[in-house]
Amino acid sequence: MTTHEPAFDLSSESPGKIALRTLVRDRRSWIASSMLLVVVALTLSAPLYASLISKTDPFVSTINGTVVLDGVEVQVLQQSTEGLKLGVNPIGPTWKIGPYFLGADNQGRDVAARLLYGGTNTLLIGFSAAALTLIVATLVGVIAGYSGRIIDSVISRILDVIWAFPVYLLSISLSVVLLTSGFKWGPLSLEAGSLYLPIFIIGLVYVPYVARPIRGQVLALREREFVKAAIGGGAKNSTIIFREILPNVIPSVLVFIPLMVSLAMLTESALSFLSIGVQPPDASWGTIIKDGLGLLYTRPIVALTPGLFIVVTAVALNLLGDAVRDALDPKARLRGAF
Amino acid sequence: MTRFVIKRLAAAVFVLVSISILVFLIFFATPGVDPAARIAGRNADQLTLQQVRATFDLDKPLHIRYVSMMKHLFIDRDLTSYVNRGAEVLPQLTQAIPATLSLVFGAAIIWLLLGLILGITAAGMRKSWVDPAIGIIGIIGVSLPVYWLGEVVNLITQGRLHATLFRWVPPLGYVPFTESPGGWFLALLFPWLTLSLLYAGIYIRVIRSEIVSLMQEDFIKTERAKGAGEKRILIKHASRMSLITVVSLFGLDFGALVGGSALLTEVVFGIQGVGRLTFTALQNFDLPLIMATVMYAAFFIVIANAIVDLVYAWIDPRVRRG
Amino acid sequence: MAEKLLEVKNLCVSFKTRKGVVRAVNNLSFSINHGEVLGIVGESGSGKSVSMSAVMGLIKDENAEITGEVFFNGEDLLKKSDEELRAIRGKDIAMVFQDPMTALTPVYTIGWHIREQLQLHSDISDKDAKARAIELLEEVGIPDPEKRVDQYPHEFSGGMRQRAIIAMALSLNPKLLIADEPTTALDVTIQAQILDLLERLRKTYNSSIIIITHDMGVVSELSSEVLVMYAGRMVERSTKSSLFANPQHPYTKGLMNSVPRVDRARTSRLETISGQPASLLNLPSGCAFRNRCPSAHAACTEQPTFISDSNGYGAACFLLTEGVRS
Repeated sequence: MTTHEPAFDLSSESPGKIALRTLVRDRRSWIASSMLLVVVALTLSAPLYASLISKTDPFVSTINGTVVLDGVEVQVLQQSTEGLKLGVNPIGPTWKIGPYFLGADNQGRDVAARLLYGGTNTLLIGFSAAALTLIVATLVGVIAGYSGRIIDSVISRILDVIWAFPVYLLSISLSVVLLTSGFKWGPLSLEAGSLYLPIFIIGLVYVPYVARPIRGQVLALREREFVKAAIGGGAKNSTIIFREILPNVIPSVLVFIPLMVSLAMLTESALSFLSIGVQPPDASWGTIIKDGLGLLYTRPIVALTPGLFIVVTAVALNLLGDAVRDALDPKARLRGAF
Repeated sequence: MTRFVIKRLAAAVFVLVSISILVFLIFFATPGVDPAARIAGRNADQLTLQQVRATFDLDKPLHIRYVSMMKHLFIDRDLTSYVNRGAEVLPQLTQAIPATLSLVFGAAIIWLLLGLILGITAAGMRKSWVDPAIGIIGIIGVSLPVYWLGEVVNLITQGRLHATLFRWVPPLGYVPFTESPGGWFLALLFPWLTLSLLYAGIYIRVIRSEIVSLMQEDFIKTERAKGAGEKRILIKHASRMSLITVVSLFGLDFGALVGGSALLTEVVFGIQGVGRLTFTALQNFDLPLIMATVMYAAFFIVIANAIVDLVYAWIDPRVRRG
Repeated sequence: MAEKLLEVKNLCVSFKTRKGVVRAVNNLSFSINHGEVLGIVGESGSGKSVSMSAVMGLIKDENAEITGEVFFNGEDLLKKSDEELRAIRGKDIAMVFQDPMTALTPVYTIGWHIREQLQLHSDISDKDAKARAIELLEEVGIPDPEKRVDQYPHEFSGGMRQRAIIAMALSLNPKLLIADEPTTALDVTIQAQILDLLERLRKTYNSSIIIITHDMGVVSELSSEVLVMYAGRMVERSTKSSLFANPQHPYTKGLMNSVPRVDRARTSRLETISGQPASLLNLPSGCAFRNRCPSAHAACTEQPTFISDSNGYGAACFLLTEGVRS
């Protein structure tokens, strides 16, 4: 029953204030923010953890290393005692605060320390790629929607073609091509193996996902009275875009932020899992899962923990995304549960 | 009607051609990337590079190479691998298609069923604990990295428990249906479940929010005034209307998956499908094979979109007259 | 007529919101006899639609509180269960909404909608239901009903759709039809046709009609009695003729003056009611209309009582009582 609704909507507060208050009152945003805060704090503490607790360099293999456990010196990589007794088994989790809390990987590196370092990269790529997507998409969407006619149809066609191309295939293709030689175009130069490369690729492949709805919104805004009035009043295009269009587009862009960070992070880890994302010696949660594959049945913890971190972070981001959406779009608020 | 069909066909051809050009440009004209160097591998000397350029016509203009590759791909259909010298590309592709189709079809059935049942239930029970509980399932679904989930499933079914509880699970790999229907089913069961969980998450969320917003529409008010019960309104009206969104979403997802997006699942479960073929081709920089698989992907996406248009017209009378 | 068809007594509807309680309908009492047409007039937010939703048992908001009594055929609808109400909705009380373009599920044909209405309340076969649907479409003036019955809502124009919706509403011969702004979304020429249709059908079926509108013109076309609402309260109730001849409440007068009339001099300006409709969240003390009222004075800070004659006609304004005194 919505017939009575207009009568309530006579508050004098700005929509932004109302949205913020709704967000603060939503327990989802508290749960999600605290989950994110914990994850971010953990990953940022990676250098501290490596130097103070694990006391190893997580980027150097220590195949012949030893560690003192319960006063006994043991090999980090031990000769396998199972099956054909071939190969080596890295040391398992000690579950004690200290070196090898989560055990070692097949190169004798401290899994816990790598996990935290990897998280820094995964989150860095996730946030940066999402920022790139949103900035480019907003630009493209506003230009296409506002200029109309030829520019709009050219941009829309390009977006359509990229849209028809599965995002994973596109990002994998780009990664494979750029991985060995890097990217050089005018002043823009990305070295092969650099962390900027996945940011750049992931940031670009998701542009149509955001640009298309924004273009549609700008198109609709152009038809609204206040924009028409501004155009008729002879306001400059830049004034109209910054004063009338952008302030109305920003809420939709905000809604996309958590969602895009989550998507970018999941894409990064998938690319890294296929060894075409973050390159060694750098680590990310995806590369650690890949490294852990060989140990899946003997030391499953190596592959399991980074995945758990990804899931927790993605759940938090999606939860936050739902809360932000419900706060900014009062109509959608009805849809939001939890 | 004829005009509508011609328009649709023209649009489809446009997408196909554009994608082929896009792929071609990615591999041959990316700024700063020398395809010869990529094919020859890291640290190749000048002599090898020269040889590669000569063999693969890399010194000819771009458009000529594009046309000749398309000709080999579609007209002569004798495109051969650069890397895997002499291996024809198309047979490799046709061999991989059944595995991918089996994987995606089965998963699609599961995720559609899950999405519809749970999405409608959540929307219908918005005031009880059921809705948030299903909401959590949905959020976890969309947050799972599919390859990692696959590894976890492998760890459970192929690891220690394989000797006892999961003895019936065959080793990783694909079994053709024609060889053994039962084996086909068992081999694909866990890949299906894994792949479908991610999409079920998406569909649960979409269907639920679609139905909840449809329940605010005027025609629902009319139904209540007519004396229709809530259950009838939910199923016959809101859910029926939500199918319109589901179909367009499904077309995109299905097309993308058949076109190769299922590659992570295929890699993890050792299924020799199109996605895996594409990935191998990409790693070897086997350009003809890449062109072939990507064109195949685009082709499927376009087909899927055409089918979506038809189904769309069937479930939404408003678009029927084109 | 010994018994009223619908009798609403002290109906109050309020919604709890974060900012306080919104009293959407306050102490509303009225009744309607068999075969009568009652017009309920007011601006948006005056509570006219909410009160009808309350009568139909269609307010599902858990923050809503509904008190009072709604007697329909002598039974209190507010005491009935959802199940019992559902049996009444569509069968004994039918409703037609404002916007015909969105009032029908787009994926079902017109015939399907009418058949659904019939089958919700009776055991009629698909074949008979379809025949009845064609009959009804013909009756509401839709040409070529055999063909139209299998068409989808989007293939109907707005006016035709509203006719089809009226056909559906009348398919079970309801005792009361509530029409909520049935012509607002339509072209002016179509509006008159729909009002004519309603009047003709009222005579044929002897149904009572409550017509909700903000348009005095619609009221003058159709109703025999008029109820004027402002900010959730009934401010005036009268027969149509006496209301138009001699409006009592300043708000009613304002509504009258804002309607263009041919019998008035061309030079006289069309008047408007100054100010915004009162916010239900922030009502002034006393008479809710006093901030916009040209005759407001000190007494108006108290709530005026509704002064009525034996028929229940009257108004809620201090001008009336003071007039009597002086």
